Amino acid sequence: MHSKEYLATSQPSDAYVPGARTAFDKLWDAHRVDDLPDGRTIVFIDRHLVHDLSSPQAFSGLLANQRVVRSPERTYAVADHIVSTAPGRSEETVPGGREMIMALRRNAARYGIRHYGIGDAGQGIVHVTAPDLGLIAPGMTVVCGDSHTCTLGALGAWAWGIGTSEVEHVLATQTLVMHRPRSMRLTLRGRLHAGIGAKDLALHILRRIGVQGAQVGFLELAGRIVADLDMEQRMTLCNLGIECGARTAFAAPDDTTLAYLAARVPDIARNAAALEEFRRMGSDAGARYEIEQSLDIDLDAPQFTWGTNPSQVIGVHEKLPLISEANNDKEQQIMRRSYEYMGLVPGESLHGTSVQRVFIGSCTNGRLSDLERAAAVISGRKVHGGVRALVVPGSQHVKHEAEKKGLHRIFIEAGFEWRESGCSMCVGMNEDRVAAKERCVSTSNRNFEGRQGPGARTHLASPESAAAAAIAGAIIDYRELS
Amino acid sequence: MEPFRTHQGIMLPINQDNVDTDAIAPQRWLITVERKGLGKGLFGSWRYDDKGRDDPTFILNRPEYAGASVIIARSNYGCGSSREHAVWAHLDYGIRAIVAISYGSIFYENCLKNGLLPVTLPEDQVNDLMNHALAADRRTLTVDLATSQLIGPDGTTYSFTMDEGRRQSLLKGEDDIAATLARRDAIDGFEKRHDQAKPWLR
Repeated sequence: MHSKEYLATSQPSDAYVPGARTAFDKLWDAHRVDDLPDGRTIVFIDRHLVHDLSSPQAFSGLLANQRVVRSPERTYAVADHIVSTAPGRSEETVPGGREMIMALRRNAARYGIRHYGIGDAGQGIVHVTAPDLGLIAPGMTVVCGDSHTCTLGALGAWAWGIGTSEVEHVLATQTLVMHRPRSMRLTLRGRLHAGIGAKDLALHILRRIGVQGAQVGFLELAGRIVADLDMEQRMTLCNLGIECGARTAFAAPDDTTLAYLAARVPDIARNAAALEEFRRMGSDAGARYEIEQSLDIDLDAPQFTWGTNPSQVIGVHEKLPLISEANNDKEQQIMRRSYEYMGLVPGESLHGTSVQRVFIGSCTNGRLSDLERAAAVISGRKVHGGVRALVVPGSQHVKHEAEKKGLHRIFIEAGFEWRESGCSMCVGMNEDRVAAKERCVSTSNRNFEGRQGPGARTHLASPESAAAAAIAGAIIDYRELS
Repeated sequence: MEPFRTHQGIMLPINQDNVDTDAIAPQRWLITVERKGLGKGLFGSWRYDDKGRDDPTFILNRPEYAGASVIIARSNYGCGSSREHAVWAHLDYGIRAIVAISYGSIFYENCLKNGLLPVTLPEDQVNDLMNHALAADRRTLTVDLATSQLIGPDGTTYSFTMDEGRRQSLLKGEDDIAATLARRDAIDGFEKRHDQAKPWLR
């Protein structure tokens, strides 16, 4: 694969101190309930988020086994995957979808779980709305039946995605059972040039380490570059942790985290004991993870995926990799298949490739600052005649904040559709889909075959890059517009 | 959960790395509140043409693989989305075991919770089985969880390892939730101390 590096283990610059604890050591110890005879540990779950796609079968399982929800007060239900994003929407959506939405509402009511459904100001993509509602704090264990739960590690939580059977397990016991997972720290050194953000960084990391580059249960992202990102950019970065194999991506809490919390959970921000605890949560000086790696970053161009997995990434001005550059037959095969599916030619540049769809939204880039950056690119311009462009705010809260700032007018006047909040065209479960062979620049997180619709061709990119593609009708360097 | 002891069946080769759960269970087959009936969506985007007819070029539709019940896959099988529908689709189709070099971590756990046996073997042994599975005949594999062995179509034996506790659970068809609920007192005690020490996490 193109310039993929497998990194040698690299030790942090501080000297190893015996007994010093990593952030994961602390989180693990703080949530360890008991050990089972088979060697697994019962881990306590502080926060459980459930949604319309992965929970109906878990609730039916509870009922079938005559069990109940142990801790409804630690559980929050949000309808996001299948909901319509059409303006003036109701629970009606694609056939069969209403049943999933109503199942969530009914199950939440039956067990006394706080529910954010259609028409509720707290509705949104679960990983966008939960932090804004103040449901996530540093030091929490947070689980959700959704692989992008790793997003919430940006707040200093241990947050990970689980399957439906584990959802049922948490509903019944408020715990999970597991072996202590492998943990790793990836230290990012160097810098991002002006105008290059967390999405470009995340795609670039995937390009460097690959989709199997961090197959661990816990990944701490460290280094100056991470510390310099604002909270929403950290969420974008952590969101893509699962794409390199990490169940959790974690950023240690710092002043940025505390300022974000102070604006949303003032009670915590006034609690001296909590603040003291948050400040002690990061890895101690001299602590070591089982795996320590570092990457030198000097990123100066917007990044796009070109293929059908999120590590097939290229800078906007670079030439696409030649099949002959692949390391072996197997990788050549993967590249051939990707090129065929994407309708692209090795050796050419993505720059200038025409696009028919643009999607701005998702748990990766559906937050207020993402919409602000996209709006800054399109302000005063018009969407290209050959493009249908969607903006789907990540939550009702984001939508209202954006409308207060007048961002919706910028998008609508340019020719974007301004939608209601939900997962939308990232997961392609509702009516928001890309047609076969249509090319879409998308701020979401997966460019798998068929992810945005059967035969859809997805290029993952930043909000600025997606906005610029809508204006130009083609993939360009958004800085060309300014 | 159904116990898993031994199984003998036809191998279905899925000969590529990083097969994601979007490919295994595409989104349009996820719109359900049931666990059953998902088998028709297994590899739905690869299996049907754009008119919804069986695509005869996809391996699962070839007559010699009719009734296949063991998937031979490569590395990082089941990566991506946490959708447990990917596991239910396998089981509903009739797949009882998978042999691969490695798995997506959430998918692997989902397999264990549902009694779909995920066997891990080194790459050279997977290649060996893949070649048998791709060949015109001799495609039957025996999976014996009680002895942790596979017996290939030519009689070759492959030993595999997995977590012993999980192996026992699969053999007995045990339910993790029941075992955890038996520790209710420990959980209650922990929760009380946890809430006192860190009330802001409530």
